[in-house]
Amino acid sequence: MTTHATARPAAKAAAKPATMAQALQRAMRDAMAEDPTVHVLGEDVGTLGGVFRVTDGLAKEFGEDRCTDTPLAEAGILGTAVGMAMYGLRPVVEMQFDAFAYPAFEQLISHVSRMRNRTRGAMPMPIVVRVPYGGGIGGVEHHSDSSEAYYMATPGLHVVTPATVEDAYGLLRAAIASDDPVVFLEPKRLYWSKSDWSPEAPAAVEPIGKAVVRRRGTSATLITYGPSLPVCMEAAEAAQAEGWDLEVVDLRSLVPFDDETVAASVKRTGRAVVVHESAGFGGPGGEIAARVTERCFHHLEAPVLRVAGFDIPYPPPMLERHHLPGVDRVLDAVARLQWEAGS
Amino acid sequence: MDSLQQRSSTVQEPPGAALAYRPTPPPAWQPRTDPAPLLPDAEPLRVLGTDAVADADPELLRRLYAELVRGRRYNAQATALTKQGRLAVYPSTTGQEACEVAAALALEERDWLFPSYRDTLAAVARGLDPVQALTLLRGDWHTGYDPHEHRIAPLCTPLATQLPHAVGLAHAARLKGDDVVALAMVGDGGTSEGDFHEALNFAAVWQAPVVFFVQNNGFAISVPLAKQTAAPSLAHKAVGYGMPGRLVDGNDAVAVHQVLTEAVTRARRGGGPTLVEAVTYRIDAHTNADDATRYRGDGEVETWRAHDPILLLERELTERGLLDEDGRREAAEAAETMAAALRERMNADPVLDPMDLFAHVYAERTAQLREQAEQLRAELDAESEAG
Repeated sequence: MTTHATARPAAKAAAKPATMAQALQRAMRDAMAEDPTVHVLGEDVGTLGGVFRVTDGLAKEFGEDRCTDTPLAEAGILGTAVGMAMYGLRPVVEMQFDAFAYPAFEQLISHVSRMRNRTRGAMPMPIVVRVPYGGGIGGVEHHSDSSEAYYMATPGLHVVTPATVEDAYGLLRAAIASDDPVVFLEPKRLYWSKSDWSPEAPAAVEPIGKAVVRRRGTSATLITYGPSLPVCMEAAEAAQAEGWDLEVVDLRSLVPFDDETVAASVKRTGRAVVVHESAGFGGPGGEIAARVTERCFHHLEAPVLRVAGFDIPYPPPMLERHHLPGVDRVLDAVARLQWEAGS
Repeated sequence: MDSLQQRSSTVQEPPGAALAYRPTPPPAWQPRTDPAPLLPDAEPLRVLGTDAVADADPELLRRLYAELVRGRRYNAQATALTKQGRLAVYPSTTGQEACEVAAALALEERDWLFPSYRDTLAAVARGLDPVQALTLLRGDWHTGYDPHEHRIAPLCTPLATQLPHAVGLAHAARLKGDDVVALAMVGDGGTSEGDFHEALNFAAVWQAPVVFFVQNNGFAISVPLAKQTAAPSLAHKAVGYGMPGRLVDGNDAVAVHQVLTEAVTRARRGGGPTLVEAVTYRIDAHTNADDATRYRGDGEVETWRAHDPILLLERELTERGLLDEDGRREAAEAAETMAAALRERMNADPVLDPMDLFAHVYAERTAQLREQAEQLRAELDAESEAG
């Protein structure tokens, strides 16, 4: 990314912990204040402030022309955003829930992702598509899908997902500043996660495409992102009792993919497990495992394993705990990394 | 069985007949708009053959004629290029030239045109280089022009998906205080798509300065209009969105120009969107790859040939003394010159740089694309070394 916003000068930090939802809201607010071409649109984003309150206060502060309640129509929301981008605006659209984004897929895949390419760079699409995604909040059907594999499979899109409050702010600022379309996946079960991050002194904004090592370790690497990061951090702590010192890599960006950080980690540890919520078959883990294998084959002590959601439609909420990869399933995979030839 | 009979006898009673109170209407209900002014006329508007032509600007009439003749020749030339293998495919607008030309001429320079894949002629009539308009169909690049230069969006292949783009652009222009209008073109088949509905709904709710222009040419590839919609006309669909619907004879160039100009002017003045249905006919097949004899008879085509847009205008202008033999020859010669130039330029092989494959995927290449570009570079080097 060539263009990305710079961090505000650090003010006296307020000690009150902030949530991810607040950090996202602050990111949009700061972007809108700095750049009059940034417009937020979607169903319920105005008066209500979004069903998760992520756009709370934006319509009041910037007016309904800048933060617009649209008719209930996802293809229309994204389709009109394309036209707005053609005229020089930077739309940030909200899809409300993961599975509600599917009607907008044609616009995303046929137009948003390839308008730059189609026009030889004359018509970039600086659009952010915010998609609250993933399970774990007891949502009914169509409210808990993890659709990242569909987006990853579409050239021309960036696919980004924060796992921390700090990253929620930094990555969304970078996404809005990007001249390319960004599918911004918000792990909805982390909306209320808190940190000491201060809205008064937002963290530095980093370019999209950099993974980060969240925990240093020596015996294996857990490669993860979004809602599965806290699971992996917890698993890493628990694994210590078994004598495993796990490294945890948070991808942050699925496209572009940070091969360098991931491969460097796996070369150090010699073992890797990819952890994500979405279905394993045809899921992001397969791609990641292949990339790791290609780069680290001679360093690997065991096959790259995947811990993913089952290959089933997202289950009803009373069963979702059996589907979502939890700490135990991650630890089981780690145990299987004691690979021996012929086993 | 008993319970079924009971139920049906219950249904036959007038609802609420036994109740002591009279139901009241739902409290929040009120009509949002009076539907009557939104309804299209019963017959498509015709201007040719009526006194209204006398009011038309003679220069505009001559310009329309010249553009129709040029457009017909363009269609013929492009179709010929498919037979020579110079175009992968060409969806002809022979018979529909009046719609294409009027769409282009109804717009001001600052306005935007949103064409479908069939509307190359509208783009050319708006001033786009004919070769640049054909790159999508030739296959050397998807869009051969900078859309901002003539304010023509890329020719859109998926059906109706460009309509919400037109709405968004017009909305954005209005937010910026520019009096720009977007004219979005779609066929009769495209009106069945969800994006058609969403675009019209957004446009009406936002009162966006957009004109939706449906060329109803009778068929979506092979499917006739009767299997496409049960609406009284496609223009009637406007009423459901709260915008006016207009119905026009799509082969009457003056009428189409008049209706579109009125709609554009209305949008520019803040009057909101309009849906215009032009009733026309596709004389050629869907594309050169289609066999139209499988789904329609010669008789039908012949009746439409008698209602040809060029014949209609030519007859009118000749009778009114606005066109003579010299004028006809002049228009034909200009069309021939255009066709010869197009033929010659299209017969030259385009020079392509395979490295362009990676040039415009993202603003900045990802590490993955840099690797793949290096791979292709190496393959190309090896190819050229091998001679």
